[in-house]
Amino acid sequence: MTRFTNEILEHLGIDLPSEVSRRKFLKIFGGGIVVTVSANDLLALQEAPVRRRFGKALPEDFNAFLRVGEDGRVACFTGKIEMGQGVVTSLAQMLADELEVSLDSVDMVMGDTDLCPWDMGTFGSMSTRFFGPPLRAAAAEAREVLLELAAEKLDVARDQLTVSDGVVSNTADPEQKISYAEIAKGQTIARRLDRKAVLESVENFTIVGRPVHRTDAVAKVTGEAKFSGDIRREGMLYASLLRPPAHGATLGEVDASGIEAVEGATMVVDGDLVAVLHATPDGAQRAIEKVAATWETPELDLDEDSIFEHLLKVAPAGEVVERGGVLDTGMSVSNAEARHTYLDGYVAHAPMEPHTAVAEIVDGRCTIWASTQTPFRLQTEAAEALGLPENKVRVTPPFVGGGFGGKSANRQAIEAARLAKRTGRPVQVAWSRAEEFFYDTFRPAAVVKINAGVGDGGRITYWDYTTYFAGSRGADHFYDIPHHRTVAAPGGWRGGPGTHPFATGAWRAPGNNTNTFARESHIDILATQAGIDPVDFRLRNLADEKMRQVLETTANHFGWLEAGAPSGRGQGIALGIDAGTYVGLAVAVDVDQSTGKVTVKRMVCAQNMGLAINPEGATIQMEGCLTMGLGYALAEQVRFSGGEILDTNFDTYEIPRFSWLPKIETVIIEAENDPPQGGGEPAIVVVGAAIANAIFDAVGARVYRMPMTPERVLVALQRSNVDR
Amino acid sequence: MTKLISFSFNGRSTTLEVDEERLFLWVLRTELGLTGTKSGCGEGFCGSCTVLVDGKPERSCQLPMRDVAGKKIVTIEGLAKGGKLHPVQLAFVEHDALQCGFCTPGMILSAYGLLLENPKPTRQQILDHMEDNLCRCGAHVRIVKAIETAAAEMREEVRS
Repeated sequence: MTRFTNEILEHLGIDLPSEVSRRKFLKIFGGGIVVTVSANDLLALQEAPVRRRFGKALPEDFNAFLRVGEDGRVACFTGKIEMGQGVVTSLAQMLADELEVSLDSVDMVMGDTDLCPWDMGTFGSMSTRFFGPPLRAAAAEAREVLLELAAEKLDVARDQLTVSDGVVSNTADPEQKISYAEIAKGQTIARRLDRKAVLESVENFTIVGRPVHRTDAVAKVTGEAKFSGDIRREGMLYASLLRPPAHGATLGEVDASGIEAVEGATMVVDGDLVAVLHATPDGAQRAIEKVAATWETPELDLDEDSIFEHLLKVAPAGEVVERGGVLDTGMSVSNAEARHTYLDGYVAHAPMEPHTAVAEIVDGRCTIWASTQTPFRLQTEAAEALGLPENKVRVTPPFVGGGFGGKSANRQAIEAARLAKRTGRPVQVAWSRAEEFFYDTFRPAAVVKINAGVGDGGRITYWDYTTYFAGSRGADHFYDIPHHRTVAAPGGWRGGPGTHPFATGAWRAPGNNTNTFARESHIDILATQAGIDPVDFRLRNLADEKMRQVLETTANHFGWLEAGAPSGRGQGIALGIDAGTYVGLAVAVDVDQSTGKVTVKRMVCAQNMGLAINPEGATIQMEGCLTMGLGYALAEQVRFSGGEILDTNFDTYEIPRFSWLPKIETVIIEAENDPPQGGGEPAIVVVGAAIANAIFDAVGARVYRMPMTPERVLVALQRSNVDR
Repeated sequence: MTKLISFSFNGRSTTLEVDEERLFLWVLRTELGLTGTKSGCGEGFCGSCTVLVDGKPERSCQLPMRDVAGKKIVTIEGLAKGGKLHPVQLAFVEHDALQCGFCTPGMILSAYGLLLENPKPTRQQILDHMEDNLCRCGAHVRIVKAIETAAAEMREEVRS
């Protein structure tokens, strides 16, 4: 079972809060064997954007380390956080495997800004990919140190020793043995791994991932697992804040006289923050409802339908991000062409745990427990908001109840910190569901336009792709097309001020859901125009062996029947690449032609993700992606009127439920000689397109806009009937 | 109005002096100090705050203290006995029927409520019963399997 940071600290004899720098920290550790490691080489591609976005480089000395303590326990320190994706298990598993110790003897200390090396944040399916190899290398180094010491202590040649479950023994005389704890006792050894050792370790991956259950499962099924809202501090107050009715609204008069009716409620105004505080959360809620305020709301004539025209109007001129051949040449040899526009609406992250934080300031030092994917960014933001140096702010994230990109924004924690400073008391800010919907950084609405042609032999002749606000992730295709161009608006998916009427941000596989929906829908349209089955058509246009294998594996497991769409069967397929992982999905759907309701009956997903560190964990992530993907494909869209968010809870904002559940089958293609790729996001990108293609196969109606609600399916059906 | 309200709480009789209008979820998480029951939506739509009231799953965020009086309440903290996980909890662990874990206590209590009423539910009955418990991570497939396993396990326990 996972031990919590505080228990681990207690165990290590470290007393916090106190001012600790990373270098000092190594000294505090005292005994044992510490190996520091840098993931910088693997993160090199990420480095430039990190510097740009956070004005901060990755630490040069190290960004993760592990310690084999004098009791034989292994502690791993990483700036990553656990939000359900399972790295608390997969990273520990790698260490345990490499060190030959039981998973139980590994303690993970995650995301604590005092204890862990600086990290940019947990997103982009990067934790296992980029931190796995260096951590593993660190573990291998630690094992070598332990074996060398054991050889000395036992007076046996190093190559005669073997390790099992944290005990080193002599292969010639198994009775002659010594445990890691005995070896580490009295040692103070610090090693730092250089670049070469890390890269070698990547090449020498030998242990194939074994399925392992989550180490945090017991804590989570007993209610013991602590989330930010479960933190209790002496004298803590609960805050509820006055919120505007719409984005862009400015506050006029405030009349707080009504809160007198709520015993114990007090009002606090701190600049733009108007809050009521109470010893109970429901007391604070009741009190804020009694605060009357006038607001000036700007006129903004935009809603979820008119937004697309607006986006096309404000979009800056696009930049070519990829090109090859000459489009005109491709057009001249086409037998058929297809031009279509694909639309995708705003989608909420809607994690089950709303943004929550507790902040406490003691002796000029602030500690923040927050549901955040970016603890180190929060540390910087909070220091700025409080006027404190960064080393006076500690962020320590408990378990995070789902993030999906939404908890990269830390507004609630800054609110808690400011109120803690203002009141001198620990303060909890836990957003209501309406606040969560209001301040969420939605996945942006986006438009994709594709113009493409098909020629002899069912070969795609040209491909002209323009994406507006879906960014470049997933915009580039992987088909073998001689003449092609991909254009994306500069600035990516957010756009400049005046683009979106509210905040937007990264949502599980940012942009790629939209891009893959458009690309793979269009591929199917070309296949139909060429009179070729969608799987056959893709094979004719794919040179990439890895992708061909993903496609064939998907189709075979599904039992794809080549027929050409629409076959009436309701089968659909789509391919995608995300976070380095290649993924294919085939689905079977039912379409109710009288209501337009789409039911997904079966999903078969295959992916090549390189070495799967924890195949069980990777499978869970695939299932999660497929289930969550049903939402953005079929139902999820944020409705709004100007800056007012009309969806405030799950009564109108639909997320996938048990009744939606199709039969889900997953295949992880064996590729254990390749480095690990991302697992938390890839399988979600193909859901929209596979369903759109299956709807077309079922009833001959093409839906160009997500979510594919019953109304939109009905409209598509009517259109296809007219066409016939 | 503040009143003395008595009820059975995870097997112990408990009396609180509390405003009878207050909702049980908040009293539970503050005065009673047990935080395993989560607040996910505040309006009864998500099921994260589910507790058992006389064996039936109820939304504690919609449950006034007045209605708690005289009832037998079980929260997630009351399921494991003597350090031994309840079969439903164990099945969730074995099937990895959770990710972020925030909806998990509510899922487990909803499932337990179903199995108390119907020891041998069909898959469809499980889906129907769990419909209004929301999970964002997409653990649904495994939750269903865990409930099927727990049902079999609990029937076995009854028999032996």
